Amino acid sequence: MGKVVVVTSGKGGVGKTTSTAALGAAVAKTGKKVALVDFDVGLRNLDLIMGAERRVVFDLVNVIQGTAKLSQALIRDKRVDTLFLLPASQTRDKDALTEEGVGEVIDKLRSVFDYVFCDSPAGIERGAQLAMRFADEAVIVTNPEVSSVRDSDRIIGLLDARTMRAEQGEQIAKHVLVTRYDAGRAARGEMLSIDDVLEILSVPLLGIIPESQDVLRASNLGSPVTLSEPLNSAAKAYIEAARRLEGEELPVIVPFERKGFLDRLLGRRAA
Amino acid sequence: MAAGAGSLDRQLAGLFCRAAGAAGFECAEARPSEIAALVTELGTRGIRIYAIELEGASLGPELPPLLVGAKEATTDGLLPGRKGGQEVSGREGQAEGRAPDHRMEARTDAASVVRGKAGASKTDESEPQVSHYDSGTLMIKAPIRSGQAIMHPHGDVIVLGSVASGSEIVAAGSIHVYGTLRGRASAGALGNTSARIFCRRNEAELLSVDGWYITAEEMEGVSRGKPVQAFLDGEGLRVETLS
Repeated sequence: MGKVVVVTSGKGGVGKTTSTAALGAAVAKTGKKVALVDFDVGLRNLDLIMGAERRVVFDLVNVIQGTAKLSQALIRDKRVDTLFLLPASQTRDKDALTEEGVGEVIDKLRSVFDYVFCDSPAGIERGAQLAMRFADEAVIVTNPEVSSVRDSDRIIGLLDARTMRAEQGEQIAKHVLVTRYDAGRAARGEMLSIDDVLEILSVPLLGIIPESQDVLRASNLGSPVTLSEPLNSAAKAYIEAARRLEGEELPVIVPFERKGFLDRLLGRRAA
Repeated sequence: MAAGAGSLDRQLAGLFCRAAGAAGFECAEARPSEIAALVTELGTRGIRIYAIELEGASLGPELPPLLVGAKEATTDGLLPGRKGGQEVSGREGQAEGRAPDHRMEARTDAASVVRGKAGASKTDESEPQVSHYDSGTLMIKAPIRSGQAIMHPHGDVIVLGSVASGSEIVAAGSIHVYGTLRGRASAGALGNTSARIFCRRNEAELLSVDGWYITAEEMEGVSRGKPVQAFLDGEGLRVETLS
């Protein structure tokens, strides 16, 4: 039985979809069978980031409504053959999802794949609650800023109350993934520090992804950063986060600002 | 107050007459849908229902929690003429048991305006946790998250983690927080003037004891970020740092 991981956040634009793609690709590269499910029905972005937008024929809503088989809707990645994508519908909205339907699809995926990553829509509405409903684990994506952290806190509360596991009296494993971390700005106090984030959320840290242009570039090219540029710092951080997700114990190193010779000479005057 | 189905409007009218008089209300044979309508209606008028007393019924998650373990109180003095004829369902005791609940609302008037707006919409989604009847003290071993509401009408609440901003604790007794208190805390909510609030680090949005409250702005500088206790001292709430 595979593990169902929901990638979620309260606030939008923190990097859920990017993180889903990057983590999923990193896990799939180790040989595990991975399915990425886009729950953002109506907006649909995961297929873009995976570079599969032109290969979408059937989607999650088709499968739930029985107009397509799961095997028809799953898109195999061209780069990693253990990586699959179940896209969301662009034309329907979140009301097309039913709890029973989602449950059935997740159960089928769980029986075939080692990992099922569910890319949740932002917010706390029905769509997000359905995405987390059947999850075994949750990755809460947060930026080091107060609004994102507070919304994440709210989501953690929902994860502890509204998931199937929580309702059966079990705990859902939770991890925080801090994205878009800018060491320089954190040092200057313009961003929350990692300690602050963890103190507020009190959930174990999965990884810290540094702010990087490479992530954006990779997204625009339609390739998860862990596949296209596995050597840059953000990709490395995602790969390590994926290893931690698989249960490996790796220390998390907080990125620090690399200061050049001139910076040292001039001190922090520029700030 | 008792009324049959279909007379919600009349109930409401009567309800407002009596709200100041700290009355408990009883809807004979009310169905959950009617209760929901009543709660919504009250909500639009700025009154927030903390709990509902209803024997053997289950209410939807969008409704306030059921009040359990309410004690019979002697509200005869508070409600002159109450026994005079309106009794229909013979559940007088339960209705009276609700009285303190409403009294709290009347007293915390100013505070509940603050809470009513911020809190009411949040409790819709997160079901408020109501403790078991037999435990006097509610111990919560996990952090309290934004949007969660803890109601404990029987005694103290002890929180071992932090209380996030945007969350709320209402307790009949004292509140002890062994982490950072960032949300709202209301101790002595049923009229216990000797209740206190303790926390290891005070970043609270609102502290209130028996309806007397102090907001974050008023605490600015003096007690923020410090270990504090809040208690009633004569005619007002005092927030003192713990050494």
